[in-house]
Amino acid sequence: MTELLNPATAILIIPTAAALLLTLISSYRIAAWINVAAAFLTFTCALSLLVWRPTGLGHLLQVDDLNIVFIVLNTLVGFTTSLFSRGYIAHELEAGRLKPAHLRFYHAMYQVLMGAMNLALLTSITGLMWVAIELATLTTILMVGIYRTHEALEAAWKYFILGSVGIALALFGTILIYSVAQPVVGNGLPAMTWSTLTAHAAHFDPMILNIAFVFLLLGYGTKAGLVPLHAWLPDAHAEGPTPISAVLSGLLLNVAIYAILRFKMVLARNPETIAPGPIMMTMGLVSIIFAGLMLYRRRDIKRFFAFSSIEHMGIIAFAFGLGGPLANFAGLLHMAMHSLTKSGIFFAVGHITRIKNTQKISEITGLTTSHPMLGWILVASVVAIAGLPPFGVFTSEFLVVSSAFAHRPLLALPLVIGLLIALGALFLRLNSIAFGEPSGSMAPDRMSPLPILFHLGLVLMIGIFIPGPIVSWFQHIAALLG
Amino acid sequence: MTVFALDMSHFLAGGLVLLSFTLLYQDRLPPLINAYAIQSLFLSLSVAWQAQIQHAPHLLVTAGIALCFKAIVIPLVLHRLIRNLRIHRTVETVVDIGPTMIAGMALVGLSMALMMRATSGIDVLAREDLAFALSVILLGLLIMVTRRNAVSQVIGFMSVENGLILAATGAKGMPFVVETSVAFSILIAFIVIGIFLFRIRERFDTVDVAILDRFRGERL
Repeated sequence: MTELLNPATAILIIPTAAALLLTLISSYRIAAWINVAAAFLTFTCALSLLVWRPTGLGHLLQVDDLNIVFIVLNTLVGFTTSLFSRGYIAHELEAGRLKPAHLRFYHAMYQVLMGAMNLALLTSITGLMWVAIELATLTTILMVGIYRTHEALEAAWKYFILGSVGIALALFGTILIYSVAQPVVGNGLPAMTWSTLTAHAAHFDPMILNIAFVFLLLGYGTKAGLVPLHAWLPDAHAEGPTPISAVLSGLLLNVAIYAILRFKMVLARNPETIAPGPIMMTMGLVSIIFAGLMLYRRRDIKRFFAFSSIEHMGIIAFAFGLGGPLANFAGLLHMAMHSLTKSGIFFAVGHITRIKNTQKISEITGLTTSHPMLGWILVASVVAIAGLPPFGVFTSEFLVVSSAFAHRPLLALPLVIGLLIALGALFLRLNSIAFGEPSGSMAPDRMSPLPILFHLGLVLMIGIFIPGPIVSWFQHIAALLG
Repeated sequence: MTVFALDMSHFLAGGLVLLSFTLLYQDRLPPLINAYAIQSLFLSLSVAWQAQIQHAPHLLVTAGIALCFKAIVIPLVLHRLIRNLRIHRTVETVVDIGPTMIAGMALVGLSMALMMRATSGIDVLAREDLAFALSVILLGLLIMVTRRNAVSQVIGFMSVENGLILAATGAKGMPFVVETSVAFSILIAFIVIGIFLFRIRERFDTVDVAILDRFRGERL
């Protein structure tokens, strides 16, 4: 029994226990605090994994250098989002958009979602990862539809159908991987375990591995919102509660990328397979340029930043597709920076839509005049997400672009064009939102900006100076990714 | 493994593909649901047969789920649902049947050519099951893209899922097959409940929003 209690299992047990507890709590204030406390505890357990890595986790779980980055990031943003969510939902209740019963459901679902994502990252079994990602998708679908408006239900429905197609394709890929591994490593669990799969990949039939990877890339690529499989993403971001938009953009997309990376590592061990890189780079570039162009036509502030997430997922897929130590390093760094910056932006958007009571970009103007603090935070966040110095996103984008120029100069050109297109759109919209004559409600912002400032501070710190241990840690993982 | 065992699993899996074609051209909902029920029945027979020849009794659970839940309960619920929503008589404008069938045949040809050539290295039983399963999956996706109605989209998705269960049971000794089929059943149950809620909302919308607006106006 004592073997079961260690930081790794705690990351799964705490959210599960908290979810059960939260279904019993009817007061939303207490529930919100329990939510924050559980998220904080999970985060501290994840941090302790950095110094003490438990062994003897059995056959189902594993902690290695790759997933630990994702877990720490996941629990960190999960914690700050729970803080933001506490202020946000109180307001939703006041405005009458949500009922106390909805909030009880919301808090329990929040913990289920965190637990499912942690399981997807922690497990060493391909099939279990699939189940966990399906569970995470289901909970987010339920959360997206929580307002029960026509638009919210339609967004949830679209997410449902497209997410299910993605889930189906990913499962077929997982089954193919099993059936190609089964003749080599034998029946049962070993043929689904990451470590055995990577160890024996050289003996697998390369043709089936190729086909399996295409299915997995399409399946999990749907979850990651890569063009042309992105159609669910903007609606789901726009119609759901803002904390969920932050978690979707900042975390769930990363989990999907993690799944693709794991399978890419298996493929990389077999020299006769096709290189997965070019497919990922193509999908990445198409996502960057398409999302960049679509940014100009958005009228809704949450949809606007959702398209920016598609663009950044494209950059990440491109970086990992490019491969090599530098590009992988850049991809990992970009993923972390994007998670922090984008969830921070969604927090800020949550404050803005709360004050102005609208999501239309045209009805939000002059924010720096009416709400200087919030306005300048938004300006700084958009500067960060656009990839300008001194923020961390600049560092990672710079590394992606320079390694693209070093290895594939022809592909670097569309990459830079895509980045510039997006940059233009971001500043065009930022200009109207942040400056000019203020409009709409002038009510003061009563929510604490601390979570946003914390995220921005981290991104700024990485932009100016990346601590040595983080560099060597990320370099080590980048080498693993091949 | 005897020739008969192979032939039987071949026959049952082939039946699933054939029924996917019948799903493809039904333009009214009740026969579409019935065709799905028969496909699920074939799936449960096929899974039960796999349980027999692979000596894997736990697969009988999956077969049981397919029989009770997908061949009986879901079709009954859907029949009720379309009567409640008054869409049981509507004729869906499917894209022309001719081109759809040709596209379907092309997809089956593609999956056969792809899987039979690619999977020469693995067990003969798993290999044919995978080829048939991919056909069922692709045909199901084709149904999903050619339909506009939510209920027929769901039936398309459920036939995709039948294909997945076929593939999973064909892969010898795969863990989590039963868990996966349970997880899928839950997903489907959610989808069906979803349609129900979605449609109900749509019908009440005109009334509901007006009341809501006035209510808010009073409170603020």
